[in-house]
Amino acid sequence: MTTNEQWINVCKPDDLIDNAGVCALINDNQQVALFSLPSQPERVFAITNYDPIGSANVLYRGIVGCQNGEPIVASPLYKQQYSLRTGKCIQEEAAVTCFKTRIAEGYVQIFRE
Amino acid sequence: MSKQCRVVIVGNGMVGHHCVEQLIELQQHDVKIDITVLSAESRLAYDRVHLSEFFAGKSAQGLALTDEGTYDSWQVNYRTNAKVIDIDRENKSISTHVGESFCYDKLILATGSYPFVPPIPGGEQPHCLVYRTIEDLLAIEKSASTSEVGVVIGGGLLGLEAANALKQLGLKTHVVEFAPQLMAVQVDAGGGQVLREKIEALGVSVHTSKATSSISRGETCRYKLIFSDETVLETDMILFSAGIRPHDQLARDCLLTVGERGGVTINHHCQTSDPDIYAIGECALFNQMIYGLVAPGYSMAKTAAQHILALPDASQFSGADMSTKLKLMSVDVGSIGDAHAKTEGAQCYTYVNQPAGIYKKIVVSEDHQSLLGAVLIGDTNEYDTLLQYKLNDISLPESPETLILPMAENKPTLGADALPDTATICSCLNVTKGDITQAIDQGSCTVADVKSCTKASSGCGGCAALLKSVVDSELESRGVEVKKDICQHFAYSRRELFDIVKIEKIRSFDELLAKHGQGLGCEICKPTAGSILASVWNDYILANEHLALQDTNDNFLANMQKDGTYSVVPRIPGGEITPEKLIKIGEVAQQYKLYTKITGGQRIDLFGARVEQLPEIWKTLIEAGLETGHAYGKSVRTVKSCVGSTWCRFGVQDSVSMAIAIENRYKGIRAPHKLKFAVSGCTRECAEAQSKDIGIIATDKGWNLYVCGNGGMKPRHADLFATDLDDSTLIQYIDRILAFYIQTAERLQRTSVWLENLEGGLAYLQQVVIEDHIGVCQSLEQHMTEIIGKYQCEWTTTLKNPEALKRFKQFVNSDESDENIQFVTERDQIRPATAAEKSNQVIVVEVL
Repeated sequence: MTTNEQWINVCKPDDLIDNAGVCALINDNQQVALFSLPSQPERVFAITNYDPIGSANVLYRGIVGCQNGEPIVASPLYKQQYSLRTGKCIQEEAAVTCFKTRIAEGYVQIFRE
Repeated sequence: MSKQCRVVIVGNGMVGHHCVEQLIELQQHDVKIDITVLSAESRLAYDRVHLSEFFAGKSAQGLALTDEGTYDSWQVNYRTNAKVIDIDRENKSISTHVGESFCYDKLILATGSYPFVPPIPGGEQPHCLVYRTIEDLLAIEKSASTSEVGVVIGGGLLGLEAANALKQLGLKTHVVEFAPQLMAVQVDAGGGQVLREKIEALGVSVHTSKATSSISRGETCRYKLIFSDETVLETDMILFSAGIRPHDQLARDCLLTVGERGGVTINHHCQTSDPDIYAIGECALFNQMIYGLVAPGYSMAKTAAQHILALPDASQFSGADMSTKLKLMSVDVGSIGDAHAKTEGAQCYTYVNQPAGIYKKIVVSEDHQSLLGAVLIGDTNEYDTLLQYKLNDISLPESPETLILPMAENKPTLGADALPDTATICSCLNVTKGDITQAIDQGSCTVADVKSCTKASSGCGGCAALLKSVVDSELESRGVEVKKDICQHFAYSRRELFDIVKIEKIRSFDELLAKHGQGLGCEICKPTAGSILASVWNDYILANEHLALQDTNDNFLANMQKDGTYSVVPRIPGGEITPEKLIKIGEVAQQYKLYTKITGGQRIDLFGARVEQLPEIWKTLIEAGLETGHAYGKSVRTVKSCVGSTWCRFGVQDSVSMAIAIENRYKGIRAPHKLKFAVSGCTRECAEAQSKDIGIIATDKGWNLYVCGNGGMKPRHADLFATDLDDSTLIQYIDRILAFYIQTAERLQRTSVWLENLEGGLAYLQQVVIEDHIGVCQSLEQHMTEIIGKYQCEWTTTLKNPEALKRFKQFVNSDESDENIQFVTERDQIRPATAAEKSNQVIVVEVL
């Protein structure tokens, strides 16, 4: 699955849905929520799929948007917003992990540290 | 005042109860007040003003103003069925007919009044009744059940209300009035004529200038009224409503001063001739005047309470304004001040629109500077403004007639800021503009806050619009912006966005955002836009351009539960289901190990479905003839029903057929919030229709339509919107109401809150929907027809669309399931494992 040491192929760009999320499984059963925001320079964002407040793997099913210019996803359970750039929850003390992403070699790739 | 004070209140009507409330509220810590309340009736205080709603389905409990628990918690000692027969002024004690006695330091007479029954020979027979207490209503209901024709003797305010009650009970109804016109006290001759025409148009026969000389056995009916002009009128029952007389016998017996024509004489503090005895409400006579309205009674109750408590800034009673605004048999009537222009030099302006049944008159002073009185029939929109002119003696505009002329240009409206602080905004509870300003100064910043703080508008509610405008203008003057933007991406309210979408024919969120918004949108504006687009165009909501707008429930056409699984709810219109479909639902639940529960809306909920299981589950259900229930959308949910006349001994109409017809008509419609309906087959109301957005209750003549009820966080009883409708009128009204709601409500605003915020309230909604007051009925119906015509079962459409189905996979790159979803068994079914159960690995149920 790896192209070089740390970039992992996750899925095809076609698997993404513009302005919405999908979920992928990487490595040791880790769930990653992937969002495609064509208007943003990063274009693809990736965070862990687990909602730490609702305690369920649902973040990819949230609505994406922006808050004061910052791209966000709102959890579908209780609607807290998480920054897609930093993973920080805007309303409460909580955070999710963010991953670097890119589209290369025909794949959506995630950088594993 | 001593440290302990025993206060005994005789009478527990609206005024007596208000006095208890005032004493409880105003008492100071250093004085202990023992309150004893004696009610001659079998129940505690209830709302007599809205008594006629009893026949529209309101229960005695619904009319109650208090209950035993409340009095207990206030430590108020109370007795029901306790008629006071003696006051011993010397020993300061009273005794009841069962021999119980109570000592007092202060005694308050709130004994009210009784209906005057003119001494007509034959008037003492059975089925000759009065209209005053709940017991009277029960007797009327009983008599009406064996009667076809009813007569009300007395065409005043109460008489017309009684006539309305008879009409609601299904009787052919007559009103007989001695004077040449109806409501002779409040309304002038011209107004009386228009009022008569309106009431006759509603099917009530009006007979004026008629004196009844005797009641004898009838030929076609039970009785025959013989009038002094020798004409006759046959009837099965008779209601006397010829005015009230103060209940002052007790006061007479103990030699308190009473008026020549009755009533216990009181001073500014509401004290009688014995300073330790007060009288308040309709038994009291102040300045030779008996006040037969509740608002002056409340003022007296407050005055007496303050005087007993010796409050330093106690108010004084100095008479009350007898202006009144009400709805009689759906006719608006307003009367202010000197309606008959009796003041010397008074001048009148009159506007009559006979075809529309509108009559308006204002009475002004000789110098045209001040308003003395007004009469409004058929349209009371100007009532609040006119009342403020009168009460605050505000100078009239140069052409006072512009105040009532419909076409007048630059019609002067009395803005809230034009009112002085002393202006009474809520006359029921005597709340002034100053009180409201003060509440805002102390931190209230919404109408609701002000309402709970000052109690303004919690009586008859007639001042709601005025209250809102005062609050809004006060907030604005403090620089508080009353903002309606739905979020940071759109500087518009939902209603404005709806208009934009409709008028500019916008079909997608991207287009709306590009033209009228900024940024990327968010979880507030996207679903709102999604809902508006669906309400206007009713396209498939998972079409590519709409997909990203939907809340997760809409997005997966199922309801997300706390563990990320979904529930599946097939539509079961009206709650009717064949055994075959029932078995199929059971089989599906068994096959996928779903938790099964009957919902509150007569459907079956299947819980615990994983996102990837949804398409296969729905495929099976759809093959069995079921369809999606839209349980996930802000859309029409269920129409609950009882079994109706088909099976039930009491049912008077086929509520099941109606429920199914309605559910099928409106299914799939998207609205600002979810919508629930119910249809009951008789007034027993087994479907609980009065707690629904649209409630329908069968009568033996058709359907009564109730609107804007609500369970939920803040329950609201539905309002009776129209009565005895035939099937097609019923559907027509629902079409219009729903379309109007969908077009004008704010984001996530339920019908109950929508109605409460609708300026003009229920009456306005009735004008719009029934009378086509603003000329939109045709477009409302057209809108409804268009969206109904585009109904689709969203699951059927989705299953046919391989692209859409791709999303029903947990992972884009794997066929695994979400390991975090784990169940344990409880009462033979699954439920989500708790965090502790997951970490203890007490697993659980085999994953499919």
